[in-house]
Amino acid sequence: MNKTILTLAAIGLTLGAAGASQATPQEDQAMFQSYFMKRFPNVPKDDFVNGAYALDPVGRENWEAIEEFPPYETAVSNGEKMWATPFANGKTYADCFPDGPAIAGKYPYWNKDKGTVVTLTMDLNGCREANGEKPLKPETGPMAELNAYIAFESRGQIRKVVIPEDDPRALAAYEKGREFYFTRRGQFNFACVTCHGANSGNQLRSEILSPAFGHTTHWPVYRSKWGEIGGLHRRYKGCNEQVRAKAFEADGEEYRDLEYFMSYMDNGLPLNGPGARK
Amino acid sequence: MRSLGKFATGATVAALGWALLLPSPHAANAPVGDVEAGKAIAMDRAKGNCIACHMIPGGQSPGTIGPALVAMSSRYPTIEKLHAQIYDSTVANPQSAMPPFGKNRILTEQELNDVTAYIWSL
Repeated sequence: MNKTILTLAAIGLTLGAAGASQATPQEDQAMFQSYFMKRFPNVPKDDFVNGAYALDPVGRENWEAIEEFPPYETAVSNGEKMWATPFANGKTYADCFPDGPAIAGKYPYWNKDKGTVVTLTMDLNGCREANGEKPLKPETGPMAELNAYIAFESRGQIRKVVIPEDDPRALAAYEKGREFYFTRRGQFNFACVTCHGANSGNQLRSEILSPAFGHTTHWPVYRSKWGEIGGLHRRYKGCNEQVRAKAFEADGEEYRDLEYFMSYMDNGLPLNGPGARK
Repeated sequence: MRSLGKFATGATVAALGWALLLPSPHAANAPVGDVEAGKAIAMDRAKGNCIACHMIPGGQSPGTIGPALVAMSSRYPTIEKLHAQIYDSTVANPQSAMPPFGKNRILTEQELNDVTAYIWSL
């Protein structure tokens, strides 16, 4: 077994270990990023945002051809209309997000008052409810389209998730997300890391398994398999179901914490959503 | 005769039931499986799907996650050892990525025996 494999396992092995020996999030992140950069020495760091296409020249060529006429374009323009259309009370999303729509780089963040990780879709639904509108399903449909517009406007922002040191609950949420990532589940007994850690770059049938590093930067995604745009938590649900495990709720605590951990691992990468994937 | 037949069927069902409940049904006897049925299971996405991770001679679009399934009878000392590996590979290696096909009931006992017979034949 080579040294880099041991290094990634070490992030997982710190799980549940005695407090004194536990790595800090900064140490986790350094190990995680260097693991993938050593595993794929020919991939420039910023290219990890492109997933399997960073590894596979043929797949990349097809994908770049698809990007000539991006399949997420309709979603972006529908989302733009939503952003500009006033609620029944006359206000718009811009009233909730004065810096918007290029706000994706602020998410996910730790909200001390609520004591939870907050995702972009949670704040968008919060805005709707504050203005007398019903919340939308977070991971699909119109919310995914609104998200696509925001992601498009936020392209190039740098992932910079913070785990505030003045609230131990933030670190606890991060650790729960990390634990989720390394925990085997389902009838197939797979953890996220089983496929996207030491097996990244390998082929599952004819599909190349994408490296975990960069997984959070390009959402929402127009997935050919879905035939429409969907959010990160929709993909989480699909992954859990594929290993024959129970899927959790989009924007529920499990996936919020998982997104918090995974996004923190991606700190420093440019955001490039919305994406197009098979 | 008729009642004896019924009894025998009942006993078979009971034995199968027990086999499914026991933690390590592979331990006792050499598994008896059908090679051709095993091949179909190995190639079936919804069943064994061995080809998703392993190169198998004659299989289309194999994955590269596990080792190639060749010369199996020289790599495993007995068919029981191979059966045990397919039943739950995390016993031999806790880091193994392979799903525990027997332990987690991904395959039935008969399917497991069939697929073991096929892989052993490679």
